[in-house]
Amino acid sequence: MISVRVLLFASYAEALGTSSLQLELPAGSTVAELLAMVQKRAGGDRLPPRPLVAVNESYANGGDRLSTNDEVAIIPPVAGG
Amino acid sequence: MRSALVNSAIDLSALLLEVSSDSCGASTLFVGTVRNMNDGRQVSGIEYTAYDSMAEAEMHRIVSEAGARFETDRIAMEHRLGYLGLGEASVAIAVAHPRRTPALDASRFIIEELKRRVPIWKREHYVDGTRDWVDPTRTSAEAGR
Repeated sequence: MISVRVLLFASYAEALGTSSLQLELPAGSTVAELLAMVQKRAGGDRLPPRPLVAVNESYANGGDRLSTNDEVAIIPPVAGG
Repeated sequence: MRSALVNSAIDLSALLLEVSSDSCGASTLFVGTVRNMNDGRQVSGIEYTAYDSMAEAEMHRIVSEAGARFETDRIAMEHRLGYLGLGEASVAIAVAHPRRTPALDASRFIIEELKRRVPIWKREHYVDGTRDWVDPTRTSAEAGR
């Protein structure tokens, strides 16, 4: 199993009721599989099917595999500037 | 070149001074400020939040890309976080270059990339007392650049 920290922001943090989660997943799990886990939690159905995700501060794809201690951020539509 | 998230009022003239140089005949300063209307609603202020570490990393990447693409290292950018009232500057981008076309093009490139990539969010406060997270992917047809 791997242990991954998930960060939530803005409207997503409100939906899930927290700004961070610690999740245990099978080794070799993908970003998409982690998202599916998050979307099953209370409030997770308010997330879109394929939100932007960053792993260790770089944007990632659904098929990217995770490692233990990765920092995964689920990123609402950005609105800087 | 420098980019930073800040928590207090941006010093615009200091930013412009920071990039200026005798070798640069062109200096540009783009300033984004809080606008009083958005999507037909009257705005009273905007609260900016960020994924700080990644926002800083992404801003740094954008400034480096601009420097390489437009051949100048005289770039300074600051984005402010927290609650801002009408007219306050949320972002300022200063670019200097020997020539005006690359200076202007670099400035444009940086603001467009910031809006596309940097994990910063805004919650608008309206005069009617309501507040909403802004989703730029869902603004109306009249909104935009």
